[in-house]
Amino acid sequence: MMKRLVTLSINGEEVSAAVEPRMTLADFIRSEARLTGTHVGCEHGVCGACTVRVDGRTARGCLLFAIQCEGSEIETIENFGDGKGADLQQAFVEHNALQCGFCTPGMLIAADELLRDDPSPTRQAVREYLSGNYCRCTGYQAIVDAVMDVAERRRRK
Amino acid sequence: MKPRTFDYLRAKTLADVFAVFEAHGDEALILAGGQSVVPALNMRLSEPAILVDINRIPELDRIELQGGVVRIGALCRHETVRRSDVIAGHVPLLVQALAHVAHPAIRNRGTLGGSLCNADPAAELPACALALGTTMVVESASGSRRIPASDFFIGFYETSLEPGEVLVAMEVPVAGNGEIHFFDEIARRQGDFALAGLAAVAKCDGGRLVSVRFAFHSCGDRSLLSPQLSAVVEGMPNGAVDGAAIDAALKGDLDPPDDAVTSSETRLHLAGVLVRRALAHINSEADT
Ligand SMILES: Cc1cc2nc3c(=O)[nH]c(=O)nc-3n(C[C@H](O)[C@H](O)[C@H](O)COP(=O)(O)OP(=O)(O)OC[C@H]3O[C@@H](n4cnc5c(N)ncnc54)[C@H](O)[C@@H]3O)c2cc1C
Repeated sequence: MMKRLVTLSINGEEVSAAVEPRMTLADFIRSEARLTGTHVGCEHGVCGACTVRVDGRTARGCLLFAIQCEGSEIETIENFGDGKGADLQQAFVEHNALQCGFCTPGMLIAADELLRDDPSPTRQAVREYLSGNYCRCTGYQAIVDAVMDVAERRRRK
Repeated sequence: MKPRTFDYLRAKTLADVFAVFEAHGDEALILAGGQSVVPALNMRLSEPAILVDINRIPELDRIELQGGVVRIGALCRHETVRRSDVIAGHVPLLVQALAHVAHPAIRNRGTLGGSLCNADPAAELPACALALGTTMVVESASGSRRIPASDFFIGFYETSLEPGEVLVAMEVPVAGNGEIHFFDEIARRQGDFALAGLAAVAKCDGGRLVSVRFAFHSCGDRSLLSPQLSAVVEGMPNGAVDGAAIDAALKGDLDPPDDAVTSSETRLHLAGVLVRRALAHINSEADT
């Protein structure tokens, strides 16, 4: 299939590449933009490791084709930190909310959206919100602890 | 886990979509939210020659109150509908049901029209469409037609849409005074497809139940209404629950699948549990 020129804004920078229509957004981010924080796990939307933000809302990078996102604003985990979600990252470290780290970028992006939508979530709400992100190391307890901790710290500020 | 190659067209108008189908027939596939299509492509369960992307066709993503109906554009995302004030005020069933559909990142992309056209027997929205008495508004090169939900879902992942027909909107009658909406399902895990689920819409008058529609998902090869159950419940005095009659009606109208994990019998039992929860809810709401 003929390659087509696709131009996306990724973390505020324009990235253009000629790719086949079948290239997913997650693969574009990894192999064309060379940002490897977005992880590719199940490739059918179940595991959540490839979660990124597309035009302000979270989406599965494996369930969008790069060509569909022409002109869209994409934000990946590399855009975290420097005040944007740095407290979430720090809390994950403090609470041992990761071991191998494969799920962590998707987990952070999902948790960040939750806290934007609902600054005072219950534990149950955190569990429900993160139910689409698999972690095979931690058992989730520590992840929920970390998110609850950040919610409280942000409220106190 | 990479799709086979395909061509891609970003439609700007419905006419673009019709032209693709004119040229490629059933080798063409509509791409809406992609949350069912892309997994199928990645797993190579589906291998179309061309994807026609309808995401940028204007005006397919509106929610409008038009007299007695709420018109929901086919491209409205699950999450947009779940948070819409118009929907909360006039079609509360959808708000309740959408909380059970997948996970936030998937709801941000998935569309109501896509879910209805996908016609997964375990999906929540087809059952809602049946319970609500929704009308599907469909367009094709040869014009437009309207299909009642009860004629739309015709089998396992099968609808009465012809190749080249596009679902453009759903028209849902607004909930009148004394209308009670109930949605519940039993799943192993939040966001998973249900083992059994129920959408019910009841009409009451002066505390008396006048009519009720029950639609089930995961209880057959498609979402199913249970007219026998409606007849049983509409004949019962308020507050009474005739368990044996309910179970007989469910057995008559539903045909739940048997799989390695959940037997048909278990699903029927769970459907009965949901009906009892629905009646308790309806009775308590009708009294107030
Ligand atoms: C991990 C995961 C979990 C999920 N869990 C659930 C769940 O619990 N419950 C649930 O209901 N769903 C679930 N889904 C599916 C999700 O809700 C999909 O969004 C939905 O089923 C399809 O909508 P879509 O817009 O993504 O459609 P697409 O995937 O783009 O399309 C689906 C089908 O409909 C056709 N189509 C789409 N729009 C139109 C149109 N306007 N006219 C004609 N044909 C059209 C397409 O050609 C395709 O055949 C899940 C998905 C994933 C990945």
